[in-house]
Amino acid sequence: MMDVQTKLAGMRTAARKAITVSIVLLGLLGGSAIAQGGELRFCLRSEPKTFDPLKVEDDASVAIRYLTGGVLVRLNRQTQALEPELAQSWKVSKDGKQITFRLRGGVSFSDGTPFSAEDVAYTVQQLMDPALHSPTGDAFRSGPGNVDTKIISPTEISITFPAPVAGLDRQFDQVAILSAHSAKKEMAVLGPFMVADYKPGTSVLLKRNPNYWKSDAQGRKLPYLDSVRLDIQPNRDVEMLRFKRSEIDLINSLDSEYFDKLASTSPQLVHDAGPSLDSEQMWFNEVAKAPLPEFKKNWFRSATFRRAVSEAINREDLSRVVFRGHAQPAAGPVSPANKFWFNSSLKAQAYAPDAALKALQGDGFRMQNGTLIDKSGNAVVFSIITNSGNKYRERMATMIQEDLQKIGIHVNVVTLDFPSLIERMTQTFDYEAILLGLTNVGLDPNEQMNVWLSSSENHQWNPQEKAPETAWEAEIDRLMRAQASSADPRTRKESFDRVQEIAVEQSPFIYLVNRNALSAVATTVQGASPVILVPQTYWNAEQLSVKEVKSANHTGY
Amino acid sequence: MLGRRIARHGLAMLATVLLGGLLSATLVRLAPGFGVDEQQLDPHLNSESIQALRQARMEHRNIFRFYFHSLQRAAHGDLGTSISLGQPVSALLRQRAPLTMRLVGIGLLLSWAGALAMALSAACLRVTAYDALTTAISGMFLCIPAAVLALLSVLWNVPGALAIGLIVFPQVYRYARNLLAKSYSLPHIITARAKGLSELRILFWHVVPVAGPQLLALAGVSVSIAIGAAIPVEALCGLAGVGQLAWQAALARDLPLLMNLTILVTLVTLLANSGADVIGHMLRGQEA
Amino acid sequence: MRILRRNFWRNLACAILLAVVGVSVAANWLAPGGYAKQYREATDAGPTRQHWLGTDEIGRDRFARVLYGTRISLLLAPAAALLSTLMAALVGGLGGYLGGRWARGAMAVTDLFLSLPWLFLLITVRALMPLNVSPLASVLVTFLILGLLGWTSAARVLCSTAGSLRESDFVRQARASGIRGTRLFWIHVLPNLKPVLYAQFWISIPAFILSEANLGILGLGVAEPMPSWGSLLKELEGLVSVGEEPWKFVPLLLLVVVVTSFQLVLSKQEEVSA
Repeated sequence: MMDVQTKLAGMRTAARKAITVSIVLLGLLGGSAIAQGGELRFCLRSEPKTFDPLKVEDDASVAIRYLTGGVLVRLNRQTQALEPELAQSWKVSKDGKQITFRLRGGVSFSDGTPFSAEDVAYTVQQLMDPALHSPTGDAFRSGPGNVDTKIISPTEISITFPAPVAGLDRQFDQVAILSAHSAKKEMAVLGPFMVADYKPGTSVLLKRNPNYWKSDAQGRKLPYLDSVRLDIQPNRDVEMLRFKRSEIDLINSLDSEYFDKLASTSPQLVHDAGPSLDSEQMWFNEVAKAPLPEFKKNWFRSATFRRAVSEAINREDLSRVVFRGHAQPAAGPVSPANKFWFNSSLKAQAYAPDAALKALQGDGFRMQNGTLIDKSGNAVVFSIITNSGNKYRERMATMIQEDLQKIGIHVNVVTLDFPSLIERMTQTFDYEAILLGLTNVGLDPNEQMNVWLSSSENHQWNPQEKAPETAWEAEIDRLMRAQASSADPRTRKESFDRVQEIAVEQSPFIYLVNRNALSAVATTVQGASPVILVPQTYWNAEQLSVKEVKSANHTGY
Repeated sequence: MLGRRIARHGLAMLATVLLGGLLSATLVRLAPGFGVDEQQLDPHLNSESIQALRQARMEHRNIFRFYFHSLQRAAHGDLGTSISLGQPVSALLRQRAPLTMRLVGIGLLLSWAGALAMALSAACLRVTAYDALTTAISGMFLCIPAAVLALLSVLWNVPGALAIGLIVFPQVYRYARNLLAKSYSLPHIITARAKGLSELRILFWHVVPVAGPQLLALAGVSVSIAIGAAIPVEALCGLAGVGQLAWQAALARDLPLLMNLTILVTLVTLLANSGADVIGHMLRGQEA
Repeated sequence: MRILRRNFWRNLACAILLAVVGVSVAANWLAPGGYAKQYREATDAGPTRQHWLGTDEIGRDRFARVLYGTRISLLLAPAAALLSTLMAALVGGLGGYLGGRWARGAMAVTDLFLSLPWLFLLITVRALMPLNVSPLASVLVTFLILGLLGWTSAARVLCSTAGSLRESDFVRQARASGIRGTRLFWIHVLPNLKPVLYAQFWISIPAFILSEANLGILGLGVAEPMPSWGSLLKELEGLVSVGEEPWKFVPLLLLVVVVTSFQLVLSKQEEVSA
């Protein structure tokens, strides 16, 4: 069974590759025909909270930073390799503490202010200001002490951190360089577009940056587009309606129902780029001081119980029914989409209710009239909380409810608004199990440091442990620290592979599925090749162009 | 005499508005999720940053102190700053109020025009089949979720004001129809009809004086209903009005914004209802 | 002749209501599969012989869900509507009837109630309830709260009606002939408030049915896997085109028919009382 599945998946990948190749070829052939100009329109799902690239934390602001910010190095979203941008070359010291950039000359900000090493120094100092509390800055903070910037020449700078930062160069993908001198402050940018107009609650208009330094192979200045119009639209149904009416040109992450609906009538519009980095997972409350009865804490703190629940969940059905096949059963903490770091020896947990029941019986549980009873005679009942408004999670929870009923476990599904859920999860610990998704933006294990370290706030199943409460958590701590302090990718990979194995053995998180990256792009958009990494459809925004069409209904509905 | 009455009325209104602000702030403060920020789940953040985030959110923990300070600042024309959007509340309200006023205004006009036309015809005709038909039509709009009506307005490209109108319409219709039917069945109106008086004369001389004050009270209330309807319509149709703002503020537990919005809504409600009362009194006075 | 016809409509409405109640009581026989069973091989399907109204997103039989949902919604929504109508009569009717300070006080409370963000009270209520609450208890609490909060607009209109009644000739006459206090209220005032009370009752039923589903976002309302009309109507929110899947409109149609029938039964009453 498993074999067939893998083969099928393999065939699908091959087909996908062929499609990608043909898209690239088409792009090359059509290269000379690429239209200059046009406006690309799509939706942001929330109000951008800031235009200051250093303070960015929400998705909408990240999108704007990606389109407007100039970075020293860029992670190519398609090849997952690091590429030079404003830095022509760079070098990380052996101890992983220092990085030296050689910068591109003759570049200026959107307002004409010239770009130099001074701007990089200014940006890094601002970013590392402890009072800023920026997620981007915190990612560089691996130990106490100050960051030192040394301007060697106008085009060369070295930055020294107090402690080694693993994957140091990759982190600069998130750092948009600010101007040290421009009067326009953060509105002076180095990226392909700049913010031209912002109507709160309605839209953000980006115009092409006339001073953008890049040109294409034919020597034409990039970006091709004149402008990008971002409409603020939280509702996905409305977003879909507007796409169908050709009022927007792309949907960055499409719902699977809508994917299928579109695919049935106009397959040329939709793209399934395969499993993404995002995972959906559930976990039990293992916090010692949680306001739960002692016997429930005993279940949740037992690895046998957690693994049995994991085995009794039919992940194939979750993928097939909830995501209509546009998701893959998850094998562990890292999605197979993360090509380098995924531990390929891990396989998704197969559906095995009988084995689960057997394991539970071995642990003192017994079945009585279709209900599972623990050693001390308590019926096994618990609630799964998920955030309301996410229909996929609600459906997954309901399917898990039915799956677990088969081994006598009664589940109550509770949907809560996000703030209430977060309060229960991080402050009152008044919950039994939570089903949520994790969106992984970065590929490096260091991005997940705060999830795995037992002392961390984001160690969701049992945050802020004073000392690791179990041997396996201590082992994960050790391995995570070991990989972070090493510069050798192979040793790092070995450590992180082991972390993934422990995570599956102990199942503090029960990984359910990895959703596919689904997107829709109108046929008028040229040069698009959606990928799995964020931002899936417009990662190559500077190379996109929109064919102007006179009639409104150009997509052929 | 009149001056004193107006002053007393004004004072009572002010007290109600202030109480509304305090109550709303208390409700928000006591509800779970106050002081938490989605951002704290970002795995990039270290514990100092998460603590700082929490600290910033707990600034308004003491609700009475918060309220007192807010009032003090409001006296100087400063309504505070929204936590979730980082902009001054007064600027947000200024940007967004005109759109909502227009939506609610047009929506109310549409709903009242439709409801009165249907209610009057139903009350005059007194044909059961027609009554059943109008009941079914208004019942249908009552049964369609507001979100679906909003979505349909996007689907068919009709203005959001119509969606608000359709949400308010069945409620106005049902009250108006029942009130008018009752008036038309009063003995002196039946007599007037039997005497062969024209329908218009009956309406303006006999029905309006009886049902008028109640319809006015209904008009006052319908303003609140329309404001309530503006929330889902604006949120779904992507209209940047006060309703959308209220929805965002609620999701983010944005205390300063929510409190000011409640005060604004209380003020509008009071003005609408008191206005309706005053006109109603005048009508009644004329009748007497 | 006209009376006959009116009786026909009323009888028809009664028959429809009885039929709906009867069918929902017989749900166990009519839909033996139950409302929770997930037919995972036939999800989001159109009507078939096995599933008359198709299946929902996770393969549950929509027909069974409509039947079982009827039990909950048709029983609880009218009960909550009745509660809110009584509250409205109490606050608005009594306030308006007593007049003066009472009326002003009642109206101030009503205006406040109309403006406060009750959402946060509901969030707090959910937090006070245990997580492992049975779906039925959750839905009972929800309808109770709806009944307790949903009276405000009617109270406003009632207050005005009662106010004008207080000054009307026949109440003055009744007072002059020695009828006072509660008796006067029950005999002369309350019957004249009926048009508003009926309107409030009728409007509240669908309004509460829909609100119940919307409160699902706060963890209130029916919990999975139990169905309610509200949760079935919420399916319509993902609609990108009308007419593609007409069977999804059946719950809406049923609700409209039931609500209209309620009104026809009520309106008969109202005309008798008039």
